[in-house]
Amino acid sequence: MPAPSPDPVDAPSLSERPGADLLTEAGGEIEFDAVTADVTADESRHQLEERKLGIGFWVATAWLVVLVLLAFLAPWLPFVQDPNEIDALALRQPVAWQDGGSWNGSASDTLHLLGGDDLGRDIFSRVIWGARVSLFVGVAAVALGFLIGGTIGLTAGYFRGQYEKIVMAAMDIMLAFPALILALAIVVFLSEPGSQEATLRTITLTLTILSIPALARITRASTLTFSQREFVQAARTLGARNGRILVREILPNVIPPMVSFSLIAVAIVIVAEGALSFLGLSVSAPTATWGNMINEGRTALEFAPHIALVPCAVMFLTLLSLNYVGDQLRRRFDVKEVRL
Amino acid sequence: MARKKVVLTSPTAAGDKLDGPLLEVEDLRTHFLTPAGTVRAVDGVSFTLARGETLGIVGESGSGKTVLSRSIMGLLPSRNVVRQGAIRYQGHSISDYSQEQMRSVWGTEMGMIFQDPMTSLNPVMKIGNQITESLRYHLDMDKGEARDTAIALLTSVGIPEPAQRFGEYPHQLSGGMRQRVMIAVSLACGPRLLFADEPTTALDVTVQAQILDLLHQQQRERHMAIILVTHDLGVVAGRTDHIAVMYAGKVVEKAPTSVLFSEMRMPYTEALLNSIPRLEDSSHTRLKIIGGRPPDLINPPTGCNFSPRCPYAQPRCFTDEPPLRPADTAGHEFACWYPVGTPEGTKALEDNVAAGVPAAVLATGGEPALADQGASA
Amino acid sequence: MRYALGKLVQLVVVLVIVTFLTFMLINLLPGGPEAAILGFGADDESIAQLQEDLSLNDPIPIRYARWLGDAVTGDLGQSYVNGSTVSELLGARLPVTLALMTYAMFLALLVAVPFGIATAWKADTRFDKITGTVSFALLSVPNFIMATLLVYLFAINQDWFPATVKEGDENLYTLFLPALSLALGQIAVFLRLLRTDMIATLQEDYIGVAKAKGMTNRRILFRHAFRPSSFSLLTVAGITIGNLIGGTVIIEQIFGINGIGKLIVFSIFQRDYLVVQGVVVVIAAGFVIINFAVDLLYALLDPRIRHARAIA
Repeated sequence: MPAPSPDPVDAPSLSERPGADLLTEAGGEIEFDAVTADVTADESRHQLEERKLGIGFWVATAWLVVLVLLAFLAPWLPFVQDPNEIDALALRQPVAWQDGGSWNGSASDTLHLLGGDDLGRDIFSRVIWGARVSLFVGVAAVALGFLIGGTIGLTAGYFRGQYEKIVMAAMDIMLAFPALILALAIVVFLSEPGSQEATLRTITLTLTILSIPALARITRASTLTFSQREFVQAARTLGARNGRILVREILPNVIPPMVSFSLIAVAIVIVAEGALSFLGLSVSAPTATWGNMINEGRTALEFAPHIALVPCAVMFLTLLSLNYVGDQLRRRFDVKEVRL
Repeated sequence: MARKKVVLTSPTAAGDKLDGPLLEVEDLRTHFLTPAGTVRAVDGVSFTLARGETLGIVGESGSGKTVLSRSIMGLLPSRNVVRQGAIRYQGHSISDYSQEQMRSVWGTEMGMIFQDPMTSLNPVMKIGNQITESLRYHLDMDKGEARDTAIALLTSVGIPEPAQRFGEYPHQLSGGMRQRVMIAVSLACGPRLLFADEPTTALDVTVQAQILDLLHQQQRERHMAIILVTHDLGVVAGRTDHIAVMYAGKVVEKAPTSVLFSEMRMPYTEALLNSIPRLEDSSHTRLKIIGGRPPDLINPPTGCNFSPRCPYAQPRCFTDEPPLRPADTAGHEFACWYPVGTPEGTKALEDNVAAGVPAAVLATGGEPALADQGASA
Repeated sequence: MRYALGKLVQLVVVLVIVTFLTFMLINLLPGGPEAAILGFGADDESIAQLQEDLSLNDPIPIRYARWLGDAVTGDLGQSYVNGSTVSELLGARLPVTLALMTYAMFLALLVAVPFGIATAWKADTRFDKITGTVSFALLSVPNFIMATLLVYLFAINQDWFPATVKEGDENLYTLFLPALSLALGQIAVFLRLLRTDMIATLQEDYIGVAKAKGMTNRRILFRHAFRPSSFSLLTVAGITIGNLIGGTVIIEQIFGINGIGKLIVFSIFQRDYLVVQGVVVVIAAGFVIINFAVDLLYALLDPRIRHARAIA
């Protein structure tokens, strides 16, 4: 029995093991005798799941789309203010629908939908600008991670041999460090006093490095399953070159599971970025990030809990949506859990 | 559900109705509710079993024989399963029993041996404990007593060095040895009825006979009844008193064993028998395969379930379902409009061969145009 | 035994590489080990002196061997911030962190095991579905959000637990919220894993056999099904310790607990690199060793592996 892979990234998806069919899943222990009936029942169940993607999926997708749009367009949207502009009258102003909050900016001239923070900055705008950091780091790190880790995994799973052993051993060594500790070490190592952009680059790079081993392992595992298939063997026998087989035969099959997994990976990277910025090690204040907003808000938790809780809620909903959509897509693509 | 007082726990106590049959099954139906529809895995099965007798239940995989035995024992999950009909054990209507009440039947009154000894023993539990746990639970034995009994059991099922094996894990034994252990496990509390579900299918041919002999020997010593479920008529031939042939959830023929082999009436029984390889055949004899597949149990065909594959099938077979009716010999019943070995049957087969019906041609060993297609279907 | 021996060799190799990487961290820093030891802004003279004293101009393998030798005997250098040795700092801080992690792991298993078993037994019922939804949601809550929320709910809104833990006052009560913040995410992981494995196990023939033997449901669940279902849980619990270590860094920060997590963050901000190095090497080595122990335990619990490996 192979031990489950120690990918930290793998954790949320560990529990799904496809294949438990309806009859047996009913808590029984019967090995159902009627083979033909079993097959038909399974098929119809599959079709049933194919059809419905559920309202939850669309709500989650809608949330993500809106968030991405807001984040992307933030500098040009009229209702998104400068995240660092201080409105002294909005100091610790609660969210609009609560006592003390306001819909029309009665205290000050401007609307603070989600209230103001400890310095009187608009929380709504800060959350949107924070999303820019989180989403950028999340997407960029996972994309780069897949580019590097994916290539490593693909070649390791295809060529096997000494190369695979060495490469995967290197991945295992990286996984031998607890993830956040490794992140801290790399941040320390990479960080040099510099501009905000430099820090953003450092964080993205750190989280890319961190995500490589897990992504490499996952890619390798699915490559392994496909490189044994008939169509690949056939291509080999026909004398196709390795590069061609990798790109034309294996890659198209490996990509769908990667795509559905990438959403979950983005969620994990966002958490990591949040943790680092919570500790003050990511893009530093006054630039808004979800992590440092939550951290700053904690001091006012007693008097103005919304300062911390609003970014908490936004972050939670975003992570939940990413995980949920990723999970649903994975089921839909019927990606078998590949762990080795 | 009414709680009934059950006094079935002691295996040595004289049964309440020693004269009656041990087990009576009446019109048992077990249906699975699936999203695709209702699967009629067992569809109206009746039989009786006397003490110490062996009943063979024979059929292809998918015929409902495994579901039947688990259904009688009450081992099916309760959700999405509908079980109807009466099951009486020593006169007690156990089909009305709750799980709690069944627990006093399981192990002590009825035992079950599963098909695959590789999977039916708990891999992380020592062999000894798998035997002693039921001894201690059902018979209130203390540790030492249970250990001695278990070692005695291991000895009696032919395990060498039983005291040493007692402390070992299943994976340390061969398949045949494991099935012996499995027999010891199920016999521990002295059941009066043993279900053996394909007990030799997963074993090497050389070991199969040993296991069957062992079962037979244990049966004689314990005066235990056995329901032997198998797809292989060869297995039941010499070792059962009665045989019931199942097809698509129904019993299509049943008879005392010798009668069944000499006077079989049901074409399906004949087809099963023909599919057994025989030593006296020359090495190049083609095995006669039963063409086609078992029917869809959600939407069974109208008429006789076997008609689409039957070499004897006539128009009537596709419209009217034949009832189970008595044959000439007492205790022999079958369900067929054109029985094997009768003038009607012989004529039906000849007509079909003449007309080139693939099933008929295949069954008589010809080489029709469609034979390969039929065989590979 | 050969299995254990092979694993041991593997352990040593991984440990050497991990410690080497940690060692190199300081050497590759801008300013190098000189800056790490003296801090930035030291004058050239003292740097030269230090290089002389510590033979910093020797080749790297030799310096690594020397450093490792010192580290093994407990000499991890000195904090340039307050002058205490790294070992002293670790000795003072490590126990709290270990206690917090153990507490969290205990809480997580305490909830996850019974719920995992129950949801597997009652698979697809309303109870199972609700538990599944809740645990899915829990997976999406980072521990710093969880901690913030718990502090708000149970320390500020309701005055049930303290929001910060004073040094010397660490006990099961004061550490409850920190441990719970760490545990809740793990509960979801453990529960879902155990549920899936239990469902698979409950379909095994030997469970049917146990039922046919007339064993009670309780006995079937705990005696027959739980153990064979717990192997991946065990492995994941071992790996999870890595998550917990990362988690404690943040949780200690939030609750003001004086553990190594707070130490490492503080030291990073102070650019107190020898302390960072010391903490990282201890944590990484500890993590590697724990996973090694889990591997052995795994083999010990599963007789199939034990024997297969013994023969191989």
